[in-house]
Amino acid sequence: MATKHSSAHPGGVGRWLSTVNHKDVGSLHLWFAGAMFFVGGALALVIRAELFQPGTQWLDPLFFNQLASLHALIMIFGVVVPAYLGLASWQIPLMIGAPDMALPRLNAWGFWLLPFAFVLLLAGLLLPGPNGPPATGWTLYPPLVLQGGAGTDFAVLALELVSISAVIGAMNVAATVLNLRAPGMALTRAPFFAWAWLVTALMLLAVTPVLAGAGALLLADRHLGTQFFDAAGGGDPRLWQHLFWFFGHPATYILILPAFGIASQIIPTFARKPLFGRVSMMYATVAIALLALISWGSHMYVAGLPLAGRLFFMFTAMLIAVPMGVVVFNWVATIWRGSLSFETPMLFALAFVLVFTLGGMSGLMLALAPLNIQYHDSYFVVAHFHTMLAAGALFAVLGGVYYWLPKWTGRMYDERLGRWHFWLSLLGFGLAFLPQHFLGLAGMPRRIPDYALAFAEFNMLSTVGAFILGLAQILFLVMVARTIRGGRRAEDRVWEGAEGLEWTLSSPPPYHSFTSPPKLR
Amino acid sequence: MPHPRRFLGAIIPVIAVCLWLVPGLVRADYRFGFQRPVTDAAEKLLELHNLILLACLGVFVIVFGVVLYSVIAHRKGRGYKAARFHDNLVLEIAWAAIPFVIVIGMAVPSTMTLLELSDAGGPDMTVKITAYQWKWKYEYPEYDIGFFSSLATPRAQLDNQAAKGAHYLLEVDNAVVLPVDRKIRIVLTAADVIHSWWVPALGVKQDAVPGFIVETRVRIDEPGTYRGQCAELCGLGHGYMPIVVEAVSQEDFGKWVGQRKSKPAVAPPVATAGSRGGP
Repeated sequence: MATKHSSAHPGGVGRWLSTVNHKDVGSLHLWFAGAMFFVGGALALVIRAELFQPGTQWLDPLFFNQLASLHALIMIFGVVVPAYLGLASWQIPLMIGAPDMALPRLNAWGFWLLPFAFVLLLAGLLLPGPNGPPATGWTLYPPLVLQGGAGTDFAVLALELVSISAVIGAMNVAATVLNLRAPGMALTRAPFFAWAWLVTALMLLAVTPVLAGAGALLLADRHLGTQFFDAAGGGDPRLWQHLFWFFGHPATYILILPAFGIASQIIPTFARKPLFGRVSMMYATVAIALLALISWGSHMYVAGLPLAGRLFFMFTAMLIAVPMGVVVFNWVATIWRGSLSFETPMLFALAFVLVFTLGGMSGLMLALAPLNIQYHDSYFVVAHFHTMLAAGALFAVLGGVYYWLPKWTGRMYDERLGRWHFWLSLLGFGLAFLPQHFLGLAGMPRRIPDYALAFAEFNMLSTVGAFILGLAQILFLVMVARTIRGGRRAEDRVWEGAEGLEWTLSSPPPYHSFTSPPKLR
Repeated sequence: MPHPRRFLGAIIPVIAVCLWLVPGLVRADYRFGFQRPVTDAAEKLLELHNLILLACLGVFVIVFGVVLYSVIAHRKGRGYKAARFHDNLVLEIAWAAIPFVIVIGMAVPSTMTLLELSDAGGPDMTVKITAYQWKWKYEYPEYDIGFFSSLATPRAQLDNQAAKGAHYLLEVDNAVVLPVDRKIRIVLTAADVIHSWWVPALGVKQDAVPGFIVETRVRIDEPGTYRGQCAELCGLGHGYMPIVVEAVSQEDFGKWVGQRKSKPAVAPPVATAGSRGGP
């Protein structure tokens, strides 16, 4: 069989439509995630503008609910997951010395499902009123979801496509990390990003099919006359909650584990010191994954779970704080007595560690079944998961892009622009989401289009913060465009403290890299 | 390299908006924590919350402090040379042991509070709550009383056509009246979709699930008016189905029951934003 790879490939649009190259597919994922990030972010700003003051400004409540649902679905499935997959596709082969992903065609197929899925999801906006996008939040709880129209079916079908894409991506990452490591690279010596993604992939494989199956049951209830979720026919609305959160609770960790991987690459580089406790980190990620699989009921404390159930889910959800603590303390120990410098990737990584600790604390509070009576479905929850995603996952991905962009493009980004972007993002995050903790504790429910006067000031602050956070991302776009158009030439080993196989390649790397396995030191 | 003045151009409007906000923000009556509890359950939750919050803030401050110290002291810019340590079995065991101890320290009081709150001893009376899109129905089976309770805020206030009242979005036509110092069994269900009955000052939040009946208990310590809202997204009127609890002395409760009994069992719906199916 011919193994000679031609470095000739079609140019222009043809290249991007036909490519199965891991770098190109990675770029496609990242561009897609970037585009969706601005769509989802624009929706968030429309929502925050409506909430700037009490009273109905211009969004009718149904449309408000639809926009909030779209914002969540887009940010989770259209931004964070594709961005992680893009980083995996670009970086994992480079980091483990593989010529490509294990399944390059599947890699491309996984990507090409996404544009169709999100066109389908957004197509709901063309339909009027209740036929538009789901107005249920991303959790799609029946019986409310059964009241929706065609846009709800579009969204469920889009989720089915996204599920297939996620399973394909996860299979590919797992196959690549398990099989294509350079000779002599034991799994325990693989870069931590590859390990964290492997654990993420196994979690995705365990729970995504449950989401897809539950979605199929939902469609059957809506159109085939089944009664899985309708009490009138002997079903139980809470069956959906169990199925959804069996996927959704691990999904919250799926949305943060690759960020662990990114931070664990960046921090040692700029601390000029190896990652502390890498083996305990590996055990910790596995422990997080296993505990996440058995603690889904922590989202259902006030749904009427029996006492024994609430106790079980409280203990399992709380126990996740133990491996989480190991991970955070290891990062702190890596930073400790390093020789620190603060280029933009490091700023984002350090901020990630701190906001992740903050979000971890509010997460631990939410895990406490009695206190959940006051926290559940309040703005405290909104504040918690935005700390984890709109700061945590976002900062990690942005840090990763700053970290690897010089490798990908062969050009340095503008450090000053990067710093402005970072500090404005941090300021925007703090203003937008810290006040939301207080709103929730004071009794403001989530997902409401209008609120009582006692909540006015913090909502105003939150909106100002959201706009700072949103507008700061335009700097990011400018930074990427300027870097690609022509920054200073980047060296092969872009960062002084960078370790790993990707830095042994040229910047940018050749179209086909590691066509023969690298020799490890 | 972009000129800093260009960024100033972008920042100045932001600063201007912040300055414009300041007068309102300074006068505001901020609330950083729970509403004042008026039941034993809410009191227990507040105590637990304070304990847990303190522990969490403590951990965060320590992590933040160590990172901050390192960021200041261990800079390459000051010529600090990196150490090369990367493993330490004792430390790594401690990394797991410390959070484990903290988790146990939180789990014990949480479990105790949960058990105390779950005490389902014999109630003095029962109130049945049925949630509808988008109003609440309250029934007192022992007294043969039942009525709907929906948003009383005038439409004009919602549409910014009139000044908003003090209890904007938190006022209803018929409040649920409950006696103080009585153990009340609340039985919840829903007629259409899932709703959630949340009154922060009472320390009660319980989902109302169609086709199922869920119970909770409440015993109010002092008379007063306590307000809450539906907490589970239930459609376009979700933000417009408030809860108002009037806690009254047992004497006044007896009088109210007498008055109510002479009224029709279910009050005809009043034309407000809430009863018309939201805005």
